[in-house]
Amino acid sequence: MEMIAAASRRMLDVRGIEQELFEAGDGAPVLFLHPGRGLIGSWPFIEALAGKARVIAPSHPGFGKTSLPRWMNTVEDLAHHYLDLMDALDLRDLTVVGSSFGGWIAAALAIKPTSRITRLVLMDPVGVKFGGRDDRDIVDIWAQKRTDLAAMMFHDPAKAHIDHASLPEEELLALARNRESEAWFGWSPYMHDPKLIHRLHRIAAPTTVIWGASDGIVTPDYGRAYAAAIPGARFQIIAEAGHFPHIEQPETCARIVGDLIGQGR
Amino acid sequence: MRVFHFTEEPYPDAWDPSRDSYRVTLPNSECDPQTASSLYHRYLDEWALADELGLDIMVNEHHSTATCLTASCHVILSILARITKRARLLALGVPLANRADPQRIAEELSMIDVISRGRLEMGFVKGVPYEPPVANISPVRMMDRVWEAHDFILKAMTTRTGPFNFEGEYFHYRNVNIWPRPWQQPHPPVWITASSLGSAAAVAQRGHVLATFLLGYKTRDLFDRYREHYRATHGREPGPDRFGYLALCAIADTRDKAFERAEEVRRYITTTSVVYEPFRSPPGYMPATDYARVLKNAGAKVPRMVPTYDGRMKDVNSPLEVQELIDLGLMFCGTPDEVFQQIVAFESYAGGIGNLLLMMQGGALTHDDTCDSLRLFGEQVLPRLKAYAAEKYGAALAAA
Repeated sequence: MEMIAAASRRMLDVRGIEQELFEAGDGAPVLFLHPGRGLIGSWPFIEALAGKARVIAPSHPGFGKTSLPRWMNTVEDLAHHYLDLMDALDLRDLTVVGSSFGGWIAAALAIKPTSRITRLVLMDPVGVKFGGRDDRDIVDIWAQKRTDLAAMMFHDPAKAHIDHASLPEEELLALARNRESEAWFGWSPYMHDPKLIHRLHRIAAPTTVIWGASDGIVTPDYGRAYAAAIPGARFQIIAEAGHFPHIEQPETCARIVGDLIGQGR
Repeated sequence: MRVFHFTEEPYPDAWDPSRDSYRVTLPNSECDPQTASSLYHRYLDEWALADELGLDIMVNEHHSTATCLTASCHVILSILARITKRARLLALGVPLANRADPQRIAEELSMIDVISRGRLEMGFVKGVPYEPPVANISPVRMMDRVWEAHDFILKAMTTRTGPFNFEGEYFHYRNVNIWPRPWQQPHPPVWITASSLGSAAAVAQRGHVLATFLLGYKTRDLFDRYREHYRATHGREPGPDRFGYLALCAIADTRDKAFERAEEVRRYITTTSVVYEPFRSPPGYMPATDYARVLKNAGAKVPRMVPTYDGRMKDVNSPLEVQELIDLGLMFCGTPDEVFQQIVAFESYAGGIGNLLLMMQGGALTHDDTCDSLRLFGEQVLPRLKAYAAEKYGAALAAA
C-alpha cells in the first residue's frame, strides 16, 4: 500500500459515530477531507504536507473501513459530524483542505459558526449548482464509461489506473464502500446542495480555491464562480492536473497549503 | 396449477446488433409510434386469447428500453382488467424502489383489483440495475425502500378507519385514505421475486408468494429456504401456490417447429442485458462485498456457472443453444407432450410449483406463432398439468 505506513491509523468514537483517522507530521493542524474515491491516491500529498504540518485525514462515515450510520444521508450531516470531530480533537487554528466531494463537505463545514477554522483550501470542490435547470454543471460520473471518466478526471489518464487485482480484500471492500457512500450522499440532487450557493457568503475563513487546469468533471470556470461566491477567496489554477490536483501534483499542492500556513494567510 | 402467459412486449425492430445498448441510451427516435401501437394491440390480443384458453396473465415493466414496451404494469393491467373475463392478472412486477409515490401505487392497484372484480396479483420487485439512473432514485439501499413501500401499500390497502399518517425513512404521507379499497380482502395476494437465500427467507416470513426468474436448477435451494422459514414463522407447510417459477417456453406441433420458435423466444436472453457499460452496475445496487469481487475481476467476464438437470455445469453468461436452455431448466420446449414432461420433471425437482410463469412470446415471434403456441398449450398441456396437480396435491390445493 502506498505511503499508508507513514501515517498512524486509529479508530475513534465521535458521539456514537465510528471514525477512522490517519495522522502524520507535526505542527499546525490540517484536516484533509478526501474525495469520493476515498484516500486512495492521496498519500503522496499527505506525506508531502506532513513535512510542514500535522495532517489529520479522516475517512468520512461510510467510507474506508467505517460503517455508515443509518440516519446520515446528506453532506450537511457529514459537515455537522466534522464539527463534532473538531471538538473531540480540540483542533484550533485549523486549516481545512477538501478535494472534490470532500471540498463540498469542507464548504458546508466552513459556512457554520466556528472559531476553530483559520483557513480553507478547496481543491476542485463540488456541491454548488450555478447553471439553470437544463444545465449539467458537474459531469454525471455514474453515466460515463470507465475510460472516458479517466480522461475527464485526470490530466494524465494513466494516473487513473488502480491495479485492483493487487489490492488486499479489505482495500477492495473499502473502494466498493466508498463508491456506494458517495452515491448515497451525492445521488440527487446530483453532487450538490441547492442551498449551499446561498450560504457561501458565510464563510469567514480566508479561502483559497485551487483548480486542475484539465479538470473535465467540473471546469475551471465553475471553479472561478465558486471562488467568486466566497468573500475574498483567491483562485489558483494548477497546471498538468485534472479533477484531483493533489493526486497529480502532490508537491505543488502541499507547497501551496504549507505556504498559506507559513504566511499566516 | 396456474400457468401465466408473459411477454415483455418487445420492440425487436430496434434491436440493431451494431448498437451497444438497447436500454437507457437508445434514442426514442428508433421507436415508431405506429409500430409500437400495432405491437401493443397484438400483445393485448394475445393476452385476451390466453384468458379465453384458461391461462392466466403476467405483465412486467421496464423503462427507456426497446426490450420492453410495457413502461407501466398499471396501464396495461387496467386495459386487461376490462377486456379479460377470468384470468388472474399478475404484475411482476411493480418496481417499488424506483417509484417515487407508493400511495399512487396503492390507489392504482386497488382500481385494477376492483375493475377486474378481484383478479389482481400484486408482484413487487426491486427492479433491474439499469433503471435507478433513469428513475433518478438512489440505487443504494433499494431493498430497504422496497420493504418500506411494501409496508405502506399494504397498510393503505387494509386501513378502514379513515386517514392515517406515515413517516418512514423514505416516504412521508399524511391523511392516507385510499379510494377505492381493493376488491380482495384484506388485500390482493402479494408476490415478491428473489434470487438470494436471504431474500427468500424474508418473503417466507411474510407468507407472500416467492417467484424466481430463470434460476433453473438453483431454484430448489431458494424454495427449500422459503419452506424452512415459512414453517418456522407460520407453523405449517407452504402449499405449492406459494411458489412461482419463470421460464421461457416454445411449443409447436412438431419438435422442429418448436425449436424454430425457441430461436425467437430466446432472443430475450441475448438482448435483455445489452446495456451501455456505465449502467450495468450502478453504485450500491449490489452489496459492497459483491462489488469488491467485480473490481478484482475488472475487465474480465465473470462466468456464472449453473447446473443442468443432470449436474453438468454451464456458464449462463455465455451464449446458450436452445437444447442447453432446456437442459438448464430455463426453457420448456418441444411438442405439447415434451413440454408437459419437462414441466412435470422440473416441478418435481423444485418440490412443488403452483404457478408457472411462461414467456411464450419473445423476440420477433409472430402473432400467428404466438397464438398457435397459446392454443397448443391451453388445449393440450394445461388440462394435463391441472390433472397432474390435482392428483399430486388434491383438488383444493391444486386449484389455488
